[in-house]
Amino acid sequence: MSARARGLMTSCGCGALAGLLVWALSGLPDFGAYHRLYGLYLDAHAVAQRHATNVVAAVTFDYRGVDTMIEEFILFAAVVGVALLLRAQREETEVGPRDEARGRRAPRSSDAVRMFGLGAVGPSVLVGIYIVAHGHLTPGGGFQGGTVLAGALTLVYLAGEYLVFRRVGPVELMDLSEGAAAAAFVAAGLAGLVAAGTFLLNLLPLGTIGEIDSAGLIPIVNTAVGVEVAAGMSLVLSEFLEQTLMVRGRRS
Amino acid sequence: MIAVQVAILVLVAATAVAVVLTREPLAQTIALSFYGLLLAILFFVFQAPDVSLSEIAVGSVALPLMVLLALAKIRGGAE
Repeated sequence: MSARARGLMTSCGCGALAGLLVWALSGLPDFGAYHRLYGLYLDAHAVAQRHATNVVAAVTFDYRGVDTMIEEFILFAAVVGVALLLRAQREETEVGPRDEARGRRAPRSSDAVRMFGLGAVGPSVLVGIYIVAHGHLTPGGGFQGGTVLAGALTLVYLAGEYLVFRRVGPVELMDLSEGAAAAAFVAAGLAGLVAAGTFLLNLLPLGTIGEIDSAGLIPIVNTAVGVEVAAGMSLVLSEFLEQTLMVRGRRS
Repeated sequence: MIAVQVAILVLVAATAVAVVLTREPLAQTIALSFYGLLLAILFFVFQAPDVSLSEIAVGSVALPLMVLLALAKIRGGAE
């Protein structure tokens, strides 16, 4: 096919696509207009029904809690997949990080990075815990806070040494807390099933609106998600780091 | 408010093009991280702070970090 025919076909395709796009966009509701009953109903009643001031958290951890549980297991499966894929293969020998060129010091992180990392680790952990703990009150929640906590662990690696990273976040602890947190979510759901015949039913006392111990089951499930995400992300990062620093392929 | 919304939309579009046009993987990763940050601001401007927080964590930290580690692995193996 000649270049000209290819160009003609491409412009025909692009033109048709642009036409369809304009057609579809012209049928969209007005910017900011929202008339769906489900959202309007939740907006009006979620705070009174669940005592959670963050309606997004009430939806993800209560009204649509089962969806979130399945998402948790998607993350769980992804982390297990990465861990399996990056395991030490049979023909690979695992050696510690070492100086490949003798007589030359391994480059270290710059002082600026180390100082910044050191100063930022504490606040990051605090912010992560805050975001998880206040998920049912203000924007945030287990997923966001968990990722911040995993980020704090990365700062430990940046500010210190790989071995410090391993000591702060041992793989066994991450494995265990990830699995336990995923199981805790299911257990919270099963508790509702056993006690009242509905999976993930919010049976706990709802407390005062706006207090940290309000919203019944939501903060508990939220914390489980936070632990699972923090552990899962840390596990993936540490597997990647290990792959980069430790595992060397078979030397020929 | 409309002006801020238009400004951030234009910025996100421009940065997205910049990410695609950057050919060097390392520079592209940094551009991607910057794009994630701008996208988080966009979500915040459009009153979705929950999504914004997720985007900051995933788009501007976790994803670029994993790409960087993969790049480090590839370059380490090539030496």
